[in-house]
Amino acid sequence: MSPTVTDIQQATSIPEPTTPWARTRGEQLGTVATFLISAIAATCIVLVTGLAGIDGFGLTLFVIFVAITFVRTIRLNAKVRKDEFVKIAIFAAAVLAFSPWMSIFASVIVKGAKGFRPNFFVETMQTTTPDDELNLGGAGHAIIGSMLMVIIATVITLPLGILSGVYLTEVRGRLTFWVRFVVQSMSGVPSIVAGLFIYTTFIDFTNSFSGMAGSLALAVLMLPTVARTAEEVLKLVPDDLRSASYALGARQWRTSLMVVLPTVRSGLTTAAILGVARVIGETAPLLLTSLSSNSYVFNPFGSPIGSLPTYVFGLLQIGTENASNRAWTGALVLTLIVLALFSIARFVGGKDRR
Amino acid sequence: MGDVANTENIPVPRELAVVYNRADRIFRRIVTSGALTSLILLGLIGMFLFVKSAQIFNDRGLSFITGSNWTAGSGDGVIPDDFSIGPMLTGTVLVSLIALIIAMPLAIGGALYIEFYAQLRIRKILSTLLDLAAAIPSLIFGLWGVAIFTSFGERWSALFNARFGWVPFIRVENEIFGRSPFVAGCVLASLITPIITSVSREVFSRTPRDLIDTCYALGSSRWGAIRTVVLPFGKSGVIGGAMLGLGRALGETVAVYLLLNIVFRYNFRILESEGGNIASLIATKFGEATEYELKALIAAGFVLFMLTLVVNMLAATIVQKSTVRK
Repeated sequence: MSPTVTDIQQATSIPEPTTPWARTRGEQLGTVATFLISAIAATCIVLVTGLAGIDGFGLTLFVIFVAITFVRTIRLNAKVRKDEFVKIAIFAAAVLAFSPWMSIFASVIVKGAKGFRPNFFVETMQTTTPDDELNLGGAGHAIIGSMLMVIIATVITLPLGILSGVYLTEVRGRLTFWVRFVVQSMSGVPSIVAGLFIYTTFIDFTNSFSGMAGSLALAVLMLPTVARTAEEVLKLVPDDLRSASYALGARQWRTSLMVVLPTVRSGLTTAAILGVARVIGETAPLLLTSLSSNSYVFNPFGSPIGSLPTYVFGLLQIGTENASNRAWTGALVLTLIVLALFSIARFVGGKDRR
Repeated sequence: MGDVANTENIPVPRELAVVYNRADRIFRRIVTSGALTSLILLGLIGMFLFVKSAQIFNDRGLSFITGSNWTAGSGDGVIPDDFSIGPMLTGTVLVSLIALIIAMPLAIGGALYIEFYAQLRIRKILSTLLDLAAAIPSLIFGLWGVAIFTSFGERWSALFNARFGWVPFIRVENEIFGRSPFVAGCVLASLITPIITSVSREVFSRTPRDLIDTCYALGSSRWGAIRTVVLPFGKSGVIGGAMLGLGRALGETVAVYLLLNIVFRYNFRILESEGGNIASLIATKFGEATEYELKALIAAGFVLFMLTLVVNMLAATIVQKSTVRK
């Protein structure tokens, strides 16, 4: 009987894979201990001296941590020491980069929760002044207005964005470079410029501020996002699929429409969702195109219409306590919408990946 | 035997002739026209803004850019109209540069941390958070800036003023520190950091893994690998991301509107509570503008459009060059 694989494995003891580069328990404990000591020392210093607030604490913590690390690593060679300090610097930069966002999420939740009641979603500001108690009035009209405008903008943008994506990945005409370049640079058009553009064209033509004008301004801002995401998604379709379709005798149009596009249906949904997330909070263009209103408006033509961003913005201008509480609740709702859109995009987009 | 070396017998790849039939041609034409809308739209934006404001450029010429007055006339000619955007233009650039200078190290540090230092679990959480942060509306950044950050900003400003008051840029005339280019710049920095971070992270993650491993195999430390391989490899991508962030900061309206006192005077002292920004100028004056003033606002919008377009085209070129898969 010839030796089987297991026999050989048993005969020759296979060494366990080692990871000499991994941090040992001792090193990890050292870092944690240094951090704890620094934190305690920093707390004492902040309490004793006048260094105020969380920023003073952070700075003290950082300085002490660097000092202790310096002492700890003084026996090690220069390379290791440098590595250690760079690690601290990068970690500090990351903390500084992420702390504003954490602070934003926290403050939006804490401050927005006060006015987060059912009436906020259904009532309007028609008979309520911003100063009234928070159980009166709401942003129902603003939510409806935002939804209306964003839906119209999506209906306009989605086909155009998909066509751009198909052009860049399937048709690949002579203008491929230019289309991609323009889409890239268009994503940087300032939102207020989009508003001005619609103001000088559509509003000049129809002679009234309207929800439609707002939708068009949002569409200008949404198009690059949708087009770019659509292109990225279409790029993921394997070429084998196209070749197979051609080999079965399908022409290009059938291949694109009936093979490629259906494959990425959920990816294109993601493109639309990301586009919506991009424009749902845009304020500046709406200040020039759809203005705002205090009551429900369902007709996108002919009259100004409310929206969540302009609702928040308007209340901020007033600045009294209840007005800013309402504004924070509006901000909370906006953040929740963005969060929900992202979760849906993740969920839907995850289906495409193999 | 000699046949092997005979190159004449090696078949040449056949030229593939692609034949599109009528349905294909119609399909391609429809798709092309759809894709061209963005090209046409960009052209239309520039054209309409220019046409509508041509009168201003005609009347005022270069002094529209350099002058420092924004006075609506009395209408009967006693006080003439005088519109120019000098301080707003320099203010736009000043605030954006402050934002960029603060955001760059944070974004690079954050990207390096996520990509090379964080453990897998933390990395997943952080990159989700990053995506989300990039999608927070600027209005909320402005709101946060007014309610939360301003108190920090004021305290830091007072400290800087006390310690470094001898530096001309930092000295202030009045000791009021809120609503200054510095505070607005800080909030703008937190607004553009997610953008720069995610672009940087993207290019860092494209660094060939074997090059990094080679570094480690040669005995390099982690920082050594980052310095010699990752940073040079990702340099142009990071610069492109920075330009994208700059473009975003240049065109920001609401956050700056909420955080900066708009004053028509050239001001380069970053802690002084006065400054300006073209976009927020438009938002401020739009409501009660006369017809001629409106044209001046559109002209200001045109200048802003051209400025951001140049920055974004540079960014698009750089990013496209650096993210092409090799």
